[in-house]
Amino acid sequence: MTEPKLGAYICKGCGISERLNCDQLAQVASSEGKAAVVRQHPFLCSAAGVEMIRSDMAGQGINQVVIAACSRRAKTEAFAFDTVTTSRANLREGVIWIRPDHEDNQETTQEMAADYVRMACAEVQQMRQPGGNTETGVNKQILVVGGGISGLTAALESAAAGYHVLLVEKSAALGGWASKLYRSIPTREPYADPQDTGVELLIHRVQTDPQITVYLNSYCNRTSGAPGQFSIDISTESGATHTVNAGAIIQASGFTRYDASQLPELGYGQSPDIIDQAELERLASAAGTEGSIVRPSDQAEVKAVVFVQCAGQRSNQPGHLPYCSGFCCNAAIKQAMYFKDNNPSVDTVILYTDLRTPGNGEDFYRSAQRKGITFSKGKVTSVVPGKQGAEVFFDDLILDTQTSIQADLVVLATGQIANAGIDVEHVTSAEEPTDKTAISVLNLSYRQGPDVPQLKHGFADSHFICFPYETRRTGIYACGPVRRPMDMAQARIDATGAALKAIQAVENAVLGRAAHPRSGDLSFPSFRKEGCTQCKRCTVECPFGAIDEDENRYPLFNESRCRRCGTCMGACPVRVISFQNYSVDTVGQQIKHVEIPDEMDEKPRILILACENDAYPALDMAAHNRLSYSAWVRVIPVRCLGSVNTIWITDALNSGYDGIMLLGCKKGDNYQCHFVKGSEVAHDRMSKISDTLEQLQLEKERVAIHEVEITDIQRLPALINDYADVIEKIGMNPFKGF
Amino acid sequence: MADVIASNETILVVGAGISGLTAALEAAECGKQVILLEKNPAIGGRVSQLYRYFPKLCKPACGLEINVRRLKANPRVRLITMAEVTAIDGQAGDYTVSVHIRPRFVNENCTACGACAEVVNQEIEDTFNYNMGTVKAAYLPHNAAYPQRYLLDPSLIGSPEAQAAKAVCKYDAIDLEMQDEQLQIKAGAIIWATGWKPYDAAKIQAYGYDRFENVITSVEFERMMDKYGPTGGRLLRPSDGKEARNIAFIQCAGSRDQNHLPHCSRICCMASLKQSTYLSEQYGQDSDARASIYYIDIRVIDRFEDFYRKVQADEKVHFIKSKVASVVEDSSNGDVILHGVNTEGYHRYANHHDLCVLAIGMQPSVPASKINGGIRGDSSGFIELDINNGAIFGAGCASNALDVNRAAQSATAAALYAIQTVNRVARAEQTMIGE
Repeated sequence: MTEPKLGAYICKGCGISERLNCDQLAQVASSEGKAAVVRQHPFLCSAAGVEMIRSDMAGQGINQVVIAACSRRAKTEAFAFDTVTTSRANLREGVIWIRPDHEDNQETTQEMAADYVRMACAEVQQMRQPGGNTETGVNKQILVVGGGISGLTAALESAAAGYHVLLVEKSAALGGWASKLYRSIPTREPYADPQDTGVELLIHRVQTDPQITVYLNSYCNRTSGAPGQFSIDISTESGATHTVNAGAIIQASGFTRYDASQLPELGYGQSPDIIDQAELERLASAAGTEGSIVRPSDQAEVKAVVFVQCAGQRSNQPGHLPYCSGFCCNAAIKQAMYFKDNNPSVDTVILYTDLRTPGNGEDFYRSAQRKGITFSKGKVTSVVPGKQGAEVFFDDLILDTQTSIQADLVVLATGQIANAGIDVEHVTSAEEPTDKTAISVLNLSYRQGPDVPQLKHGFADSHFICFPYETRRTGIYACGPVRRPMDMAQARIDATGAALKAIQAVENAVLGRAAHPRSGDLSFPSFRKEGCTQCKRCTVECPFGAIDEDENRYPLFNESRCRRCGTCMGACPVRVISFQNYSVDTVGQQIKHVEIPDEMDEKPRILILACENDAYPALDMAAHNRLSYSAWVRVIPVRCLGSVNTIWITDALNSGYDGIMLLGCKKGDNYQCHFVKGSEVAHDRMSKISDTLEQLQLEKERVAIHEVEITDIQRLPALINDYADVIEKIGMNPFKGF
Repeated sequence: MADVIASNETILVVGAGISGLTAALEAAECGKQVILLEKNPAIGGRVSQLYRYFPKLCKPACGLEINVRRLKANPRVRLITMAEVTAIDGQAGDYTVSVHIRPRFVNENCTACGACAEVVNQEIEDTFNYNMGTVKAAYLPHNAAYPQRYLLDPSLIGSPEAQAAKAVCKYDAIDLEMQDEQLQIKAGAIIWATGWKPYDAAKIQAYGYDRFENVITSVEFERMMDKYGPTGGRLLRPSDGKEARNIAFIQCAGSRDQNHLPHCSRICCMASLKQSTYLSEQYGQDSDARASIYYIDIRVIDRFEDFYRKVQADEKVHFIKSKVASVVEDSSNGDVILHGVNTEGYHRYANHHDLCVLAIGMQPSVPASKINGGIRGDSSGFIELDINNGAIFGAGCASNALDVNRAAQSATAAALYAIQTVNRVARAEQTMIGE
């Protein structure tokens, strides 16, 4: 192994040399930071400045680089050195731009800068250049679970990009719900008439594609492994099992239709002439293009049909679906056209509260109006079956009256329920009994449960607006109505997107690098087994289910599932988990290397651990706007608050810091943490810190945690300054100098 | 810069808003070479002008920061800003694209120190804020702008202030001689992600956008909430700077109307519901502020229903089922008066409001008919997925009226379509080498 050799490079540009004594900073870097080479440059990010650093790397063997200049977010292209470890001392956004340029501030500003130089030198000495996980699988096959529209599309699109696909379908035939439809909602101009579903063609293409292997009457009996090396036991109903390997998984397990017999007030089950939309498709298929749709009770031609929208949907009633299934307004229009296109004299009435046909659905809606379909804004209160047909009672919301309408056939627009498998959050939190009727889709052998975590209302991930495929099980992507209720056109786009993510997952796995949001990161967690106490906190807290337990109950890291947030590292009470370039020491040594002034100096020191994606950029932007904040603070960006180990807090308090602020993202149901639970676990850990504070006889205010947003450009400096006031009020930490 | 760059295995992405960024990064993270073009000086598009996203009410800048970090870390994406496509030649697997690049007058030496802006006093229209204010002619487009590099407006060039800006820059970053550039780019597939623009509100005569100062669009309203926006983060009405506390939202402004946009723009219902929550944020939960939403149908499909329910429970928000007939101004105080009939019970109304926000419809920035001499699109100009389009794929709001989540899905799908094409090219070339 080559000897570590540190080079520290101090930029004098952007006002740094006017505000700071750069010679003193250079002195700090060499004497305290142990830098072998220290250079100052008037314009470090220039071609000449960068060339100076590169020539030291080549000529002097510099392999640890400290850039004392601007924020780590600035000039990243200039300071991208692939072969050495690099740390940035933020003298510009972190010091001179946030401190008022005044004589009185000179001393404290210089101290701030010197500390950041010390910290960067300390950090880079603890960092190792990550080389990527080498224990990785190289399987590039893609497993698709579910053979409906979503699954068929995912399979075909993956195959079209050159990847082999294994398609598992639990029933005896491909096609799913789509193959039970007579026609589908139009997906092309002029959006005027129902169109062929196209599912037969999709099935044919899948069956004849040499890149796709289909398993019918089959399900995933056991799924283990990680991206690039999943192992799946595919079982048939007869019990035969064989094992296949895949690099990534697409879960297209679709939906189950809501059980309309839960809607007695709408007469379902009380008359054969009250049906749901799926049953109407069957009647329409039976009638075909020539015949008329007949009512089930007596096979007479239907002359009047009423569509009841939002049946058991958008409702708070127990047993109903609180959400809107999104497809049913267009579906009702399509079904009304089945009647009108065959016989324009049939009365077709759609009773709705909001007619929801977004996008080009509006053209379809207009076409329906031209065809003479009646739309009535009304809330249906009951459906009363007659000998034949039924009477539909509703509140007419336009005329503000209660009224009724007679129909030969009543069609209830019931919703979609996601086939998302077992709700693993319930399994792990254990208190509530799990839904006994749920059947696992993937049967993952993961410690955190057999399926992908669910969102509200039982849909599979993702929770993120910008990143629809950012799921909590790396390499497993859900698509179609298992993610949110949707129609076929949306499902096809979603499935194509999921196919891309699956392809990306296998390509990343082969190279041993991270998936989103730290995509391309070559670091991965390792742990020192000798020190491990088998406390299991890492396996429980990992937001991505990346850590299992081995037969001896030690944590078993599945690096390809890992998203590199460091939550495991933060969880570990004995500090045996680390990344090559991010560890308890890379941060711990920065904390230790801040110079803590004597109590009599009355210069408090406040440690800030800031989420690198939101809080840290907000501080940068505050600097760009030349807002100022306290000179007492020393800011360390962290990958996620979830990676904050309490040892950093206790060490900091023991070594004389007067206050500690943690700045993270919003937690709770609407969490904004892109590592899902990082902010939440940090809050949890900090609530336990208060015991430690009590033992040390320290005020509870000495540790503060805040939820912040990236746009808190003005709020953050105020928050910091208020906190500095609080600390000055409660006084210095008595542990200084011990 | 070389005349011809890239190869026919390169994917060209046009537009670096959320859709283009997503498509470019997703493709690059599969190992593909990508060139990403953006017409503006900074990436992020329409999303960077939003204050909050529905339904989580989180900040768009957060997701953009992640995407910018992905971009910085990925050498396979080459970003070119201030660039627009002028012509496309060739066919799927083998395109040559002509690109025009406007001069920025600031080169990559720029450290974003801001010294140039300090010596420039000339102001220009602030397009980032929909011209609701002005900005210095030497500027960074906004706080989170990437590339983090200033630019000079062309109107400044030739003035003494331009010389002063050049003189004050210590880093030789200002290049007043910078010229327009033409570039030829080879690409196997093209992802068209030029996004959307708000429908021209002045065309909706009855609502008086062009006549009454206190009739604004939803995108303008959004900018008011930004602390660094034109009103410093306050809901101040344009006519007199008075706090707007009684705000009307008119849905389907331009949308669902064959005289304007035939389609439903999908996002506007959720956008107005979201914007109605700004009143509580601005004035407090218990304030007397009021939002009145005039709607035909509230179209918030799937899981968004939860958000609708939450807003319905807010006593400050009122729903009126009505297509507003006309808007007039009370000239005595600048208030706007909305006339129409509440179709629930057929009540005529003439309601006074401080401010009227038009939930403005979405139309493609570049209609399909203007791309490569005309590719297949729908009657609104959204690009359709069609074999006749060769390997030009629409992504995000260039392909349909979509919310951010659906735009990102669409862009991810478009990335795969493009990859399928370039993989076919690669396989064909390998076969040829094999022979």
